[in-house]
Amino acid sequence: MWSNVTPRCVQCIKNKSVVRQLHKTSLKGLCFNPLPVSNRTPTAVGSLQKRISSVLQQWTRSYSAHFTYVPDTVPSSEGETVRMNLFQAVNNAMDIALASDPTAIIFGEDVAFGGVFRCTLNLQDKHGKDRVFNTPLCEQGIAGFGIGAAVAGATVIAEMQFADYIFPAFDQIVNEAAKFRYRCGNQFDCGKLTFRAPCGAVGHGALYHSQSPEAYFAHTPGLKIVMPRGAVKAKGLLLSCIRSNDPCIFFEPKILYRSAVEQVPTRDYELPIGKADILLEGENVTLLGWGTQVHVLREVAQLAQDRLNVTCEVIDLVTIQPWDRETIFNSVTKTGRLVIAHEAPLNCGLGAEIAASVQKECFLNLEAPIQRVTGHDTPFPHVFEPFYIPDKWRCLEAVRVAVEF
Amino acid sequence: MRQATTIKTILRCFSNTSYLNSGCVQSCHRVSFSIPASVSNAQLIRNRYFSSDTSTEREDRPEFPGAKSGWTDRLEFVKSDLYDGIPVYRVMDREGKVLQEDQDPKLPEEMVVQMYRSMTLLNTMDRILYESQRQGRISFYMTNYGEEGTHVGSAAALNPDDMVFGQYRESGVLMWRGFTLDNFMNQCYGNELDLGKGRQMPVHYGSKDLGFVTISSPLGTQMPQAVGAAYAFKRAQKGQCVICYFGEGAASEGDAHAAFNFSATLECPIIFFCRNNGYAISTPTSEQYRGDGIAGRGPAYGLLSIRVDGNDTLAVYNATKRAREMAVKENRPVLIEAMTYRIGHHSTSDDSSAYRSVDEVRFWDSTDHPISRLRNYMVRQDWWNDDKEKEWKKKSKVAVMEAFARAEKKLKPDWRLMFSDVYEKMTPDLKEQLQGMEEHLKKYGDHYPLKNYAKSNTPIE
Repeated sequence: MWSNVTPRCVQCIKNKSVVRQLHKTSLKGLCFNPLPVSNRTPTAVGSLQKRISSVLQQWTRSYSAHFTYVPDTVPSSEGETVRMNLFQAVNNAMDIALASDPTAIIFGEDVAFGGVFRCTLNLQDKHGKDRVFNTPLCEQGIAGFGIGAAVAGATVIAEMQFADYIFPAFDQIVNEAAKFRYRCGNQFDCGKLTFRAPCGAVGHGALYHSQSPEAYFAHTPGLKIVMPRGAVKAKGLLLSCIRSNDPCIFFEPKILYRSAVEQVPTRDYELPIGKADILLEGENVTLLGWGTQVHVLREVAQLAQDRLNVTCEVIDLVTIQPWDRETIFNSVTKTGRLVIAHEAPLNCGLGAEIAASVQKECFLNLEAPIQRVTGHDTPFPHVFEPFYIPDKWRCLEAVRVAVEF
Repeated sequence: MRQATTIKTILRCFSNTSYLNSGCVQSCHRVSFSIPASVSNAQLIRNRYFSSDTSTEREDRPEFPGAKSGWTDRLEFVKSDLYDGIPVYRVMDREGKVLQEDQDPKLPEEMVVQMYRSMTLLNTMDRILYESQRQGRISFYMTNYGEEGTHVGSAAALNPDDMVFGQYRESGVLMWRGFTLDNFMNQCYGNELDLGKGRQMPVHYGSKDLGFVTISSPLGTQMPQAVGAAYAFKRAQKGQCVICYFGEGAASEGDAHAAFNFSATLECPIIFFCRNNGYAISTPTSEQYRGDGIAGRGPAYGLLSIRVDGNDTLAVYNATKRAREMAVKENRPVLIEAMTYRIGHHSTSDDSSAYRSVDEVRFWDSTDHPISRLRNYMVRQDWWNDDKEKEWKKKSKVAVMEAFARAEKKLKPDWRLMFSDVYEKMTPDLKEQLQGMEEHLKKYGDHYPLKNYAKSNTPIE
């Protein structure tokens, strides 16, 4: 199986970094190709394979990802379901969007062959080259092009290959897309525009394949911003974004693309934008996160139960903007304590906005300072990632501080 | 046809024959063909065929996927000044005399007079609104002096349902399409009749009915947007085209690069119309670029490109007309660079005498002005005379003054309209902020100019 194994590969295995390459959450599109495969399998290679497997098993147990994925379940009333991971759910949503709306188009860098994360797989074959196509490598162009097509009546699904590379399009998104309807007195709008962008930590993405830029955009009136926690949510929310009459940014936590596997309804369905989900009910502390972080917080709730004997209410914010104030305020009013966790840096992260709002609305109910567990105020580092992310241990400590205050 | 020939000539300059051919014939003998197993039969045959053939037509060619060209064994850089600049297409001289009879578009009298009226009405409106800003009656203004011909000449060559994306100095396009003096004034005053609800600075016009996408201040942003709109039109197959105006300064923005490139690779029916008026605020073109203007960039992106005399309304008309045909029929983007001169200040916030001479401005105003040139043309046709001029001047001035007075008298829109249209429907947070402001004004209303603002009859959502 493992043919072209070089001394460097062996070194990699020794260094255990290969585990991340092989781990189920690792992503082809991140330039980390799986080890080369060929038909020739000399004995030496076979034994190497065994060594790889053993290292792999050891490390998937001890390091693994920083979270354990908890699938969403849907009631049988949702009809037929199919097992999908997040990228397949995104693909399915776009397939439905194209089939149900002849004006809908999908474009971006490398989307034609299926996308570097496979989200647009087969869509060009199915719906045509004029509907699913590659653009030149230029984010400001992709954004501007998308705005114009939406203004002229098309439904637009534009992909930014990584959320880290959305910044060249920042002007088009913030100054143009977000303000289009407002500035012309509702004569024109680009509401039929959705940007998709893979975001968040992935284990080895370093500075430019890991960022969570939601707070930059949350500061901009006129945009809707959504981040799903799994496949079922991704499909329904993406369809809502595509059909919303406001420009939306749909951030897809890329570490979940393959790991978030669950039974997803095959039918065409939409989930509400602006509505948070209470995933676990609890009495003592409210834990609030979004995207991958929700799964971290689920584990934290269990740890808090086991070690601190407190019950946590775990909430997925789902929509970054406009965020669901009511659900959060109600929960904190009940629990009196709030821990907000996000991968993005602390300073001016969305946690700051939520903390300030909760402090204003729930002042008399708060029994401890609001805790924010986030990425540090540094760029997102490569080898230090385990120390950077707001993992379950850092979150657990925040829960302890809150309850023992 | 002349235009097409011109472009061909220019392109030929780029592919200067000695440059292309000199090394090729020799090099194909030197190449040894080691053929990997994966190479197809067809490829094999082609290689053999080429290797035994020495004619320049069938020579060995580079196989790189990134470009199609020949080999050379001479170390030679392509110089940016290989040729004498793309020539400026014109139809008439400064005295309004048509130079080549077959280039006269032979527009009917009524249409040419209408074009002239649009240009002069715009000029009159410019003078009055400029003055009104000087008097502090509106907050800001930008005139169109010297560039009226580019607006009206191009607008007249389009179909009414073609979509326009502009920069800010294209009011003549709106004037031609039927934006009324009241529409202009209401926007500049931001009064309750402004289609934009008083939210943007003056001169940021827009009209859904007239297919003129609302202007925004960030430069160049409209360019890739216009390409996207053109793509949507291509798919809708209604024969619509998009025109996108921008200045030579805006062409330095990254968005311009994005737009040119996207339009070519995605084959969009769009006309890029560059107003090269020599300045971007104070920055002369010598500090804006070092190539052959903007038109010189077109071929590099795969755009059909032409340079026209922007003060020759008929040349602008011809170029735009032909560009439109090619754009729609062939789904090919076209770039028109209209050479002109910004006679006015950049805006009311600018005194251009700080960076250019009054004499320079006077030359263009008195010797080479699109309005006087078209008037000369009309006088030659006996369609216009001094009496008509006098009468029209008076009439247009009165019309502008009346619209001005009407707009000034109107109240500003209900202040609550500050909160609508941020989203399609007002979000709960925004409703809360609106209510908060209402509460605030109940207490502190005396300190705000409430009496200047209308109270909407319909609830604001």
